[in-house]
Amino acid sequence: MLLIDCPWCGPRDDAEFHYGGEAHIVRPRDPAALSDEAFAEYLFLRQNPRGLHLERWSHAQGCRRWFNILRDTATNEVVEVYPMGERPRSEAGRAAYAANWRRDSEAERNALAPAGNGGAAEDGGAA
Amino acid sequence: MNAQPYRLESGGRIDRRAPLRFRFDGRALEGYRGDTLASALIANGVHTVGRSFKYHRPRGILGLGAEEPNALVQLGVGNATEPNARATAVELHDGLVAASQNRWPSLAFDVGAVNTLLHRLVPAGFYYKTFMWPQSWWLKYEYLIRRAAGLGKAPPGPDPDRYDKMHAHCDVLVAGGGPAGLAAALAAGAAGARVVLADEQAEFGGSLLGDPGREIDGAPAAEWVRRTVAALEAAPEVTLLPRATVTGYYDHNYLTVLERRDGASAGAGAPRRRLWKVRARRVVLAAGAHERPLVFADNDRPGILLSSAARGYAVRYGATPGRRVAVFANNDDAYRTALALAERGVAVPAIVDLRPNPAGELVEAARAAGLAVHPGHGVVATAGRRRISRIEIAPLTSDGGALAGTPRAVACDALAVSGGWTPAVHLFSQSGGKPRWDEARDAFVPGASAQAEVSAGACNGAATLAECLEQGFAAGAEAARATGHSAASPSAPPHAVEPAQGPARPLRAVPGKKRPDRGDWHFVDFQNDVTAADVHLAAREGYRSVEHLKRYTTAGMGTDQGKTSNVNALAILGEVLGAEIPAVGHTTFRPPYTPATVGAYAGRDIGPLFDPVRATAMDPWHRRAGARFEHVGQWMRAWYYPRDGETMRQAVDREVRAAREGVGVLDASTLGKIDIQGADAAEFLNRVYTNNWLRLAPGRARYGLMLKEDGMVMDDGVTVRLSENRFHMTTTTGGAAGVLDWLEEWLQTEWPDLDVYATSVTEHWAVAAICGPRSRDLLAELCPDIDLSRDAFPFMSMREGTVAGVPARVFRISFTGELSFEVNVPRRHGLALWEALMAAGEKYGICPYGTEAMHVLRAEKGFIVVGQETDGTVTPHDLGMDWIVSKTKPDFVGKRALSRRDMLRDDRKQLVGLLTEDPEEVLPEGAQIVEAVRPRPPMAMIGHVTSSYNSPNCGRSIAMALVKGGRARMGEAVSVPLARKTIRARVVEPRFFDLEGSRIDG
Repeated sequence: MLLIDCPWCGPRDDAEFHYGGEAHIVRPRDPAALSDEAFAEYLFLRQNPRGLHLERWSHAQGCRRWFNILRDTATNEVVEVYPMGERPRSEAGRAAYAANWRRDSEAERNALAPAGNGGAAEDGGAA
Repeated sequence: MNAQPYRLESGGRIDRRAPLRFRFDGRALEGYRGDTLASALIANGVHTVGRSFKYHRPRGILGLGAEEPNALVQLGVGNATEPNARATAVELHDGLVAASQNRWPSLAFDVGAVNTLLHRLVPAGFYYKTFMWPQSWWLKYEYLIRRAAGLGKAPPGPDPDRYDKMHAHCDVLVAGGGPAGLAAALAAGAAGARVVLADEQAEFGGSLLGDPGREIDGAPAAEWVRRTVAALEAAPEVTLLPRATVTGYYDHNYLTVLERRDGASAGAGAPRRRLWKVRARRVVLAAGAHERPLVFADNDRPGILLSSAARGYAVRYGATPGRRVAVFANNDDAYRTALALAERGVAVPAIVDLRPNPAGELVEAARAAGLAVHPGHGVVATAGRRRISRIEIAPLTSDGGALAGTPRAVACDALAVSGGWTPAVHLFSQSGGKPRWDEARDAFVPGASAQAEVSAGACNGAATLAECLEQGFAAGAEAARATGHSAASPSAPPHAVEPAQGPARPLRAVPGKKRPDRGDWHFVDFQNDVTAADVHLAAREGYRSVEHLKRYTTAGMGTDQGKTSNVNALAILGEVLGAEIPAVGHTTFRPPYTPATVGAYAGRDIGPLFDPVRATAMDPWHRRAGARFEHVGQWMRAWYYPRDGETMRQAVDREVRAAREGVGVLDASTLGKIDIQGADAAEFLNRVYTNNWLRLAPGRARYGLMLKEDGMVMDDGVTVRLSENRFHMTTTTGGAAGVLDWLEEWLQTEWPDLDVYATSVTEHWAVAAICGPRSRDLLAELCPDIDLSRDAFPFMSMREGTVAGVPARVFRISFTGELSFEVNVPRRHGLALWEALMAAGEKYGICPYGTEAMHVLRAEKGFIVVGQETDGTVTPHDLGMDWIVSKTKPDFVGKRALSRRDMLRDDRKQLVGLLTEDPEEVLPEGAQIVEAVRPRPPMAMIGHVTSSYNSPNCGRSIAMALVKGGRARMGEAVSVPLARKTIRARVVEPRFFDLEGSRIDG
């Protein structure tokens, strides 16, 4: 039973939270421009590390807000909690972010491309 | 006959003025307040308390507490009965009823004992080797195995007892109230920390209660315990939990504590158990240690018990395990037992010591007391049918591997055994820490901490009382400091002096008259009847990992989880493999530490409190009308309204007809409703629905389909634009919460720039759906201020007005294909609205209809139900609903996935209608569909029936199904093979009634 420090409500039992999987998967700006393979990387492929993992949680039974945490999947240590839309601040978190293969993926390049190239959705800045 | 013949004349922490009557296997017996069931049985001379699991050998009480493998009893009777209770951990109370287990017809004569004679045929891995073929017999095997090998019996009906859950936060949780735990609580509590001290026994003190002659701070140990407990009770921030076992150690210092409040401590109506969920900033583990038996020939006879148990029964309970108690040990501590028994007038005919040259203060004291010490000897055989009557002892060779002389007999009626101590590292291991082997202590001790905890005392390998007190005190003081408490506390730990002890001699299997791997019963695990020979066999057969050994031989399984057997089992495995113990390793400890009552985990969340039940505002009316209900998620929905003598089919047929011929009314309040507001509300809907929402005019409604990003249908519903920046979204009844979460997720994580707010208003509105050709006439009577005419109030629009005197939103939408109005009023007016409709509708023959009729009506029109026609693998195209998927929007959630290659396959399962050859035949929902029937499975399945009803309006049965390449199969015949027959059907369009849609305007 994890103790998760909700940025809005403070430390609470994990039973109050809903797990949201890997963080920093930005929706492509123009999905139609992606190949099936590149889109599948965005849609299906997820990290499953033994060790540090950047992931999303929502305080489903509390304030209902989403946020990010950096958690060690082997020890369940929560290294860092940070708001949705921001990147990790800790050194370990920055390293985990940078080391993710997704940083080099076609889907993420598409997502972070400047606006005005035909995409419908505005960039939400969730990266 | 003397009651309690084995009760000593004086001594013990029992109240001899408070006799308690109890029954064991029907026999009326007596004990005293302060007894456990085990100590009371011992006082009555009852040693044989059960039959062993596999060989059905008579077994006696082995231990004193949590470690007990043998003395498992069935407690109580009827539905309050509890199986597999350890007699050593059951507090005696007046009227207690207990029965032995795993014997038939009686404990004295047990048919299953024939397994003892057949044991050559029942080796390790027997089940795996024998019960394999033929496959069709597996169920029979399982039945027989369970009958033969069962321990206790589950109660026949629901548990009548009450259980509670407690939640606590503390600075320091101390697990265990022996010397180390008390010292820790004392140090932490004095510093001002919020402390919870939990101990599994009724009295704090642990080993100090059963150990004579110990002194702490110059006082008898029992007096120190009394003073310490009094000091802790007086400390405002200290919570004492006796009778409370720390059963689980989970992540982030979250621990569960199971508190027993039954028996002596229970009041009427009080919870029997309480499950504490404790979040501790620091944890001090002071769980103590379990004594290890020795592995020798025929070491399982009743009357053979652990040395600490023999001492504990005599000292703490004033009950001697025998009149002539021999002692067999490899260490000095067992001499305490010999001395304690001798001091209490019990004969100790022999101390058999595996060590060739035992020397130490305790050994000398025993010699000085005139006790016969046999150094370098082992017990090589035992005798006695239901209780030990004799041991044979013999000198051993210097390596301990063989007999070095002729055995000679020593008469005894009990044998106290000690093979050293095993620290209880269970909780430490559960916390994520890895135990490490300590060669000097011949034990696994805690390694590095994985959480904010520290082990102290015997569970940390401490061998002396002084060490226990010092470690506990230091751990408690440090935990207080770490949690910010620095109030003055005693500066020095409690002080104890005790005799120095010589080293122990590890000897894994004492030779018998036969080789230990070739005969004799050298039991390693008593509860699972695993012998040293079984461990040898498993090793020979290649089960060399300790985890494999456990599963193959079952050593370390069962209700005791090998508390007395694990180290002996893996040490013997190590000897066979020629490996060091650290290389053999240890199996993983998992919660709970001791068996826990399931009822405590359920607590009060049972019966009606298991899950909240949601009822609509009209619910009282449905109940008065005699409706049958069905669960839809947490909702109770009226299913159908049978009239006198009607079957379900008759009632539903009547309701379905009424909704198309006159006027019907459905309680639609349960549909999910989400209020969506904000400047970007329309843009947001445009992204989460497949169709276009930007140009929907205020006051108009639109059906929407929501996809997951993988293109699969997730939910559907009608959404109304209330004004430029405000929408009223409806969802499926079961999907409401999930849809709101879904919307929030997109708004917060992907599109935080959108100005949109989503709020659940499901509970805010009560909804009556009026349906049928007379629905306009009916509504007109109650709604004076809305022009209900076809042109003024077109299909898929919304008007606000007054219905039955209540402000209402009226939606002209339809889930039946009939003229239909859905009247939304604030929930508090729901029942009044319904009653007004029923009263005004009487002259139109208004008919309330339930969810079953609703399903038939929508199926007649071919409308899908998400979760019935869809299962998370179905796209709009699969449903034939391309019409709702925008071709012009550049993007929406799920759009890109719809053009993935896999989505374009022709042989995807597609929604079709099915008409059975026999119009009376109603296909079972979920039935598999095949092209060609073979005599027996397997046959290629091409789909399944999703919805199937009798349709009175069509005059026959109708069904919908998902079938591979279904749209290309129109007119083809398919078969639905069932257990006793095969139903043939024809593939048709999934629409059955009013194909031209002419009824929608009435």
